[in-house]
Amino acid sequence: MVIVGGGVVGAACAYYAARAGLTVTVVERGAVAGGTTGAGEGNLLVSDKEPGPELDLAVLSSARWAELAAEDGLGAAVEYEPKGGLVVAETEEGVAGLAGLAVEQRAAGVDAVEVPAAELTGYEPHLAPDLAGGMFYPQDAQVQPMLAAAHLLRASGAEVRTGVTVTGMLRSGDRVTGVRTDRGDLAAGAVVNAAGTWGGEVAALAGVTVPILPRRGFILVTEPLPPLIRHKVYAAEYVANVASDDEGLESSAVVEGTPAGTILIGASRERVGFDRTLSMAALRRLARQAIRLFPALGDVAAIRAYCGFRPYCPDHLPVIGPDPRAEGLLHACGHEGAGIGLAAATGHLLAQSLTGAPPDLDLHPFRPDRFPEHP
Amino acid sequence: MRDLVVIGAGPAGLAAAVAAATAGLDVALVDAGRRPGGQYYRHHAAETGRLHHDWDAFVRLRGALDRLTYLPGHRVWHVEDGFTVHALTGDRDERPVRIGARALVVATGAHDRSLPFPGWDLPGVLTAGGAQALLKGDRVTAGERIVVAGTGPFLLPVATGLAGAGATIAGVFEANRPYGFARHVARHPDKAREGAGYAALLARHRIPYRTGHAVVAAHGDDRVEAVTVARLDRDWAPVRERVIACDTVAVGHGFTPQLELPLQLGCATRMDADGSLVVAVDVAQRTSVPGVYAAGETTGVGGAQLSLVEGELAGLAVAEAAGGVAPDPAGVQRLLARRRRLRAFAAAMHAAYPVRPGWMDRLRDDTLVCRCEEVTCGRLAEAAELGATGPRSAKLLSRAGMGRCQGRVCGYATAWLTTGVCGRIPGPEDLLGTARRPIAQPVRLRDLAGEPENPRDENHPINPA
Repeated sequence: MVIVGGGVVGAACAYYAARAGLTVTVVERGAVAGGTTGAGEGNLLVSDKEPGPELDLAVLSSARWAELAAEDGLGAAVEYEPKGGLVVAETEEGVAGLAGLAVEQRAAGVDAVEVPAAELTGYEPHLAPDLAGGMFYPQDAQVQPMLAAAHLLRASGAEVRTGVTVTGMLRSGDRVTGVRTDRGDLAAGAVVNAAGTWGGEVAALAGVTVPILPRRGFILVTEPLPPLIRHKVYAAEYVANVASDDEGLESSAVVEGTPAGTILIGASRERVGFDRTLSMAALRRLARQAIRLFPALGDVAAIRAYCGFRPYCPDHLPVIGPDPRAEGLLHACGHEGAGIGLAAATGHLLAQSLTGAPPDLDLHPFRPDRFPEHP
Repeated sequence: MRDLVVIGAGPAGLAAAVAAATAGLDVALVDAGRRPGGQYYRHHAAETGRLHHDWDAFVRLRGALDRLTYLPGHRVWHVEDGFTVHALTGDRDERPVRIGARALVVATGAHDRSLPFPGWDLPGVLTAGGAQALLKGDRVTAGERIVVAGTGPFLLPVATGLAGAGATIAGVFEANRPYGFARHVARHPDKAREGAGYAALLARHRIPYRTGHAVVAAHGDDRVEAVTVARLDRDWAPVRERVIACDTVAVGHGFTPQLELPLQLGCATRMDADGSLVVAVDVAQRTSVPGVYAAGETTGVGGAQLSLVEGELAGLAVAEAAGGVAPDPAGVQRLLARRRRLRAFAAAMHAAYPVRPGWMDRLRDDTLVCRCEEVTCGRLAEAAELGATGPRSAKLLSRAGMGRCQGRVCGYATAWLTTGVCGRIPGPEDLLGTARRPIAQPVRLRDLAGEPENPRDENHPINPA
C-alpha cells in the first residue's frame, strides 16, 4: 500500500499496516513531520473530549500509545511522558461543570480524579492560589510529535520517500490502484490519504470530496527553565473551545513543561486560511491565560512562537476508513488539533480495515462520505 | 504615528534617518545599542576615530541626530503590518514600547557567520566580529597570543587592530586563495589604499598571513591552548597539518544578514553571491512590501561605504514618497553610480572568498553544532536518517536552532550539514527555514500579556509634539 503523508497519522498507519504484514511506501511532499505534526504540541489528551465518537477514539488511542511506548526503546525515543492532565476551574460553577463532564467521561473509560481547591498545589505547586478546584486525568500524556512520527516510520520499516509530490491517482476502472507522483508512478493495492490539512486536495485527485479546512493555531515557547510545571495544565474553558464553531480567535492555553526545559503554551484557534502572519492578539491571550494559571510565568521570557494549520471537518470529527466512492482509497485525516493523540488508534483501525479484521471501534461516525456532496 | 521609523543605527540606518529627517520627515531611529554607529562604528565613550575608517562620515551623521528622535537601547522584537514597531527598553526595569510608523527602513545589519570545528566551543574561541567588538567598544584585546582565521577581507582589520592594541598575532589563516581579487581592489582607489594600509600593518607587526589555510581544530582543557592549522586544497579539504600555540582564536566566515523583521513583514528575499539570504530591493531600496525599505547589509553584505549610500538613497526615497521635495537629481545620480561601483566590488569580493564544502570534513560526530541545545554533528546526521531534508525539519527532529540564540549561530552550518546529506548545498528555502523568527528578541510573558493596552507610546514621554 501507499500512504500519502509523512506526518504522525501517516506514520502510525505505516506502523500498524506493516505490523499487519503489508508492504508500505510512504510518500511525503516535504520532510517527515514537516506539516501540521511539526507545528503541534504532542498532546495525547482524553480530558478535553466530550462523550461521543472522538472520546471513544481518544480512549482507544491512549491505550495504543501506552503499548507503543512500552516497546523496545520507542517510548524514550519519542519522549513519551504519561504525566497526566490537570484541568482547573476558576469558579464553583466551573468545578460543577467539570464534575458533570467527568461522570460522562468515566462511563466512556476515562479515569478522572476530583481535586479540591486545597489540593491543587499538591499537584502543581506554582498554580495560582485562587482557583476553585480541578480534575486530574492520569491518562493524559505527551510525546514529542516530530520524533513520534519519525520513529514510528523507522519502526515500521516502510520505504519513506520524502520530497515526492502526489499529482494524481492511478485507476483501473473506478478502482484506485496507486498514485502518480512527480517522480513516477507507484502501483498499490490500497492508497491511504494521510495528508492532514491537505487531505481534501488528495481526495480531489481521486475525484471525491472530503471537506477539510485549516484552523490556525499559535504556540508560544519560553526559555528553558528548571522543572516548574509537572502536568498538562489548562483551564476548564478549553473543552468548550475545542468543540467550538466560533470563527473568531479563541484560546485556552494548555501549559506544560517539556524534557528540554522549555514551557509550551498553546494553542490558539482561528479560522483565517493559510495565513502565517503572527497574530499579536493570539499571543497576548496565550500569555495572559498562562500567567492566570501560573503567575510566576509573568517574568519568564518567550523566545519563539510557531503556528500550524489544524485540519478540521465541519462536524469536528476525523475522516477514517475506506471510501465507498473510490474503491482502493482510504482516508486517515482531518484530526484537527488532536492528530498526535488520535494517530495511534487511527493507524490501528485502518490496519484492521485493510486486513479485514473486526474493528475495535465502529468507523461509521468517521466515514468519508458523511458530508453533503455540494455543501 | 511617525512618518518614518528606521530600525538600526549603523551606517545604513543613520544615513537613512538623517536623509529623511533633513528632508523634513518626522523620523524615529530605533537601535538596540547604547551609542549610535552599529557594529562598524562601535566605539568607546572617548573615541577619537583612531580604529575606524570613514570616522568623519559618522561624526557628520551623529551631529545631525538632533533633527530626529533617536531611541537607543530599544530592542525590536516584532513589527506588525501597518506599521507598529514593538520594542523593549530598559535593563533592570524592562518595559514594552510601541511606535507607529507610516514607513519603515530596515537597517538591522548582519552578524558573524560561524562554521563549527572541533573545539570551537572552548573558552577563548570567538568570532572575528566578537573580537573586533571587544576592541572597538571596550578597548579590550581578546587575548595575548591570537590566531585569526576564516575567510574574507574582514580578517585584516581584526588582526591589525588587535596587533595595534598590543596583542601578538600568531597568524592570519585565510582559507581561500583570492589572487584575482587584487585586480578589483586596484580599480577602487580607496579600497586599494585600505588594502595597502593593512599590508603595511601586517609587515610592521610581523604577522604571518597564509592563504589556503584554516584552523581545523582547537585544543585545550579549560580554554584554548593551541589550534591545528591545515593547508587546504581547492575544496577546503585539509592536506597538511601543524599545531600552533595560542590563547585566543578569532574566526570569521563572512556575515549573515539579520532578516527577522523583514521576514515578519513578508518581504521577498533572494540569495546573494556570498550564499546568504538577503532582502530583495529595487532601485529606490524598496522591498516587495509597500512602505518597507531596506538598506545596508540586510540587502547584501557589502561593507560600511555601501551601507551609507544605500541608507541615504532609502531615506531620500521615503521622503519623496511621503510627498516631500524630490531630491537633487545630480546628487541621486552620484549616489546611484557609487552604489553600482560598490556593489560590483562586493560581488567580486564574494566570488573571491566563498565557503567551500570541505569545511564539513573537519567535524567529528561529537562536534557541537548547536551550542544552545547541545546538538552534535552526529545528532544532525541521525535527524537526516529519520527523514529530515533540510535545516527546518532537522531542527524539529534534533532541536538544532531551538535554543536561546534561535539558530543565529548554528543556522548557516546546519543548513550546509542537512542539505549535504541530500547531496545539495543550501538554497533560499533552506535558509528561510533558519531565518524566520516571529519573536526576534526574548520578551517576557508579562510584557506580551500587557500588549497593547498598557505600553507607553514612545511619542509621549520623548517627543510631546
